[in-house]
Amino acid sequence: MPSLLDRLQSVFRTAFNLPENSNWNALIYGETRGWDSVAHMALIAALEDEFDIMIDTDDVIDMSSFAKAREILAKHGVTT
Amino acid sequence: MISLEGRVCLVTGSTRGIGWATAAKFASAGARVILNARGADGALEERRAELEAATGREVYAIAADAGDPRQIKALYGQIFETFRRLDVLVNNAGVMRDARLGMVTQELVASVWSVNVTGALLHLQEASRLMSRGKSGSIINLSSIIGRVGFAGQTVYGASKAAIIGMTLAAAKELAAKNIRVNAVAPGFIDTDLTRALDPAKRDAVIHSIGMGRAGSADDVAGGILFLASDLASYVTGQILGIDGGMVV
Repeated sequence: MPSLLDRLQSVFRTAFNLPENSNWNALIYGETRGWDSVAHMALIAALEDEFDIMIDTDDVIDMSSFAKAREILAKHGVTT
Repeated sequence: MISLEGRVCLVTGSTRGIGWATAAKFASAGARVILNARGADGALEERRAELEAATGREVYAIAADAGDPRQIKALYGQIFETFRRLDVLVNNAGVMRDARLGMVTQELVASVWSVNVTGALLHLQEASRLMSRGKSGSIINLSSIIGRVGFAGQTVYGASKAAIIGMTLAAAKELAAKNIRVNAVAPGFIDTDLTRALDPAKRDAVIHSIGMGRAGSADDVAGGILFLASDLASYVTGQILGIDGGMVV
């Protein structure tokens, strides 16, 4: 059974078409290829679906990196 | 008979007038209706019980002030917790405060804008996110004939209702790919508590300007909203539906 971190990485991988061995902590909104505002909303939707949560709008705007995503998911009990 | 069977439908500002008529029509069409209004009095719960008794269907009520962003977010949090989805939003909550241009204060502008524009936008934002999860939805915003053609003494209200039109057109384009339809209705002179309080001579003059020779009813408007919410309007988005009996302002 995949860990929560595996599942989080899988969502990011699918959203941005990333390889398995990505440097996760280097993923930054606006800098990582393909991570624009349109892809961001798709990423949020995918995260909400994957973990069955609803992310607060302020956190949607605040989710500027993979590391930040981990922090925000932790608020919903998704500790990776 | 138009069916909204099983659809989760939020109608803001739904304890009276157009909102209430819409909620009643939706419940009769089989929707799972969520009533909403400010929670300052018991009207919301009374209306919920009244609609349940009338339709025999479970009706929900969640208090939230359309002028308070935190309450709007909490409202959608509750909808998510309870239903995990939203199919229809009727963005109806609004305020009308008239003033001649020279008497418009910053306070008046802020109070109208916070509900009619910012509140409506936040509802649109939150609702569209829930609808995205279900990959479909219908949002109906309440504009007004005043937002299209203007009326003396209603500069602020008219501007706020014109903003609703711009919001509707832009959101319709952005959300079409997600199968979320966004439309607006622009009611004309509707028989509500507000318009009944008008001076009789002024009221007669307004009715004289209506092609069909009568004020509209809240039910007239609710019918148009029901159509836009339903599958009959499945290919309709980005439209502003005038419901005004041929009124000329």
